[in-house]
Amino acid sequence: MKAALVRYAPLLILAAAWEAAVRSGVVSELVLPSLTDVVSAWVKLLRGGDLWLNTAASLYRTGAGLLLAIAVGGVLGITMAWWRPVNALASPLVEMLYPMPKSALIPVTALWLGFGDGSKILLIFLGCMLPVTLGAFNGARASDQALVWSSRSMGASRLRVLWDVVLPSALPEIMNGVRTALALSFVLLVSSELIAARSGLGYLIGFLGEGGVYDAMFAVVLTVAFLGFFADRVYQRLERRVLRWRE
Amino acid sequence: MAGTSQIVIDQVSHTYRPPRGREVLALQDVSLEVRGQEFIALLGPSGCGKSTLLYLVGGFLPATLGTIRVDGKPVSGPGPDRGIVFQHFALFPWKTVRANVLYGLEKLGLPRAERERRAQAFIDLVGLHGFEESYPSHLSGGMKQRAAIARTLAIDPEILLMDEPFGALDAQTRSLMQSELLGIWQRSPKTVIFVTHDVQEAVYLAERVVVMSARPGHVKAIVDTRFGCSDPSVFKSKAFVDKVDEIWGLVRDEALKAQGNQSP
Ligand SMILES: Nc1ncnc2c1ncn2[C@@H]1O[C@H](COP(=O)(O)OP(=O)(O)OP(=O)(O)O)[C@@H](O)[C@H]1O
Ligand SMILES: [Mg+2]
Repeated sequence: MKAALVRYAPLLILAAAWEAAVRSGVVSELVLPSLTDVVSAWVKLLRGGDLWLNTAASLYRTGAGLLLAIAVGGVLGITMAWWRPVNALASPLVEMLYPMPKSALIPVTALWLGFGDGSKILLIFLGCMLPVTLGAFNGARASDQALVWSSRSMGASRLRVLWDVVLPSALPEIMNGVRTALALSFVLLVSSELIAARSGLGYLIGFLGEGGVYDAMFAVVLTVAFLGFFADRVYQRLERRVLRWRE
Repeated sequence: MAGTSQIVIDQVSHTYRPPRGREVLALQDVSLEVRGQEFIALLGPSGCGKSTLLYLVGGFLPATLGTIRVDGKPVSGPGPDRGIVFQHFALFPWKTVRANVLYGLEKLGLPRAERERRAQAFIDLVGLHGFEESYPSHLSGGMKQRAAIARTLAIDPEILLMDEPFGALDAQTRSLMQSELLGIWQRSPKTVIFVTHDVQEAVYLAERVVVMSARPGHVKAIVDTRFGCSDPSVFKSKAFVDKVDEIWGLVRDEALKAQGNQSP
């Protein structure tokens, strides 16, 4: 409890400074609404149900896109590491696409799939797949040959070894890649919803901003920030649990 | 030679061809026959290809030249008939000691209760009782080695390939494990190829000791070392001491050559 207090003290100080700056008139309310106004706007948004609906839409898109990215990226990375032809085929593509700013795909996916959930899911899937692929590839390639032999000598088939040895060997790197993907997915989600959507948290931010309802807009921005932070925290917990054998 | 040969290594050479770096001729023209249920020890200077020879018999690496037959059939890959204890243990780091030992038993398709019983019996045998739920990263080198031994012994392979299996153990534990191994070998006879750097250990455990030359390794001498008793007092007998001296002489010559090889 005390530790948590110390840990989040900077946040509390920032909040207090925000409130003081606006109240004292150092910063104009037109630029930055006071924290108390933002909080009351947030409560109103929650009561009205808008925030819930749009959060649900956003979470569904990120969740679906990420799950797809993890499943396909993981399988692709491991097969690239294990079968030369797959590597020869996929590796130049991965290398070329990796440095591309994924937000450039926003208009493309909107063109293909419109303004609904599909285009966001596809965008997040495409954008987040590569970090997972690279993690799986590097992790799988580094798996210890003696472990593979060990498993084979105890009767595992070649295919079974992928599951029994290569996947767990690659897991630390995969989980690293997924963490990158997680952060990226929020960026892609909000920016695509700002540009091409009729629901979701990004859409809500844009809508409220254009309408000049800045306290509510800030409330949604804070919600997004908090969701991102919370997701990362939960993920780190999960990672520690899954990889506890490494300690 | 009574009984038929179970493992026939016929003029085998192995060359490592790393993707980068130069080729290494590790084994040259190795021939060796091992009878069923025989216990042989493999001695030789570091880098002479002992591990490589085990990998070839295990079916992990192909022979570049020559053939290896096990039970009359050419070796074409690994299999549970040949259990191996790796020099560097090769425990699955993400599995606990118990799960590591259970892994092979699951592959054998034994019923659950039997798997659990066997795993516990071999964990107890190697003195790891109380560490069943530990991960390898939490074990000392010697404990890891014992866990690896338990894992391989538990599947009771017909052929046991052991690569310096007691190398990381202190003298007392080593001597305990030696008698356990002899006990197991006598209770459920199996063919053992046992790599070691310890001449005493080789003479004590094995029926024949194979001395390999410096790299590229080949068989330099095969010495019969049957004493017909596993009594620890055998260490003091004249016959034993003489055998150790004889083999020491052979190994030392090769070790000196190996040193000479390394300097330009
Ligand atoms: N993967 C590899 N690639 C290239 N060369 C290798 C490889 N593994 C082993 N070698 C070479 O093959 C030779 C034999 O190696 P090996 O591991 O079989 O020796 P060893 O007799 O087991 O030695 P030690 O007693 O030190 O364990 C060594 O000279 C080594 O440099
Ligand atoms: Mg070796």
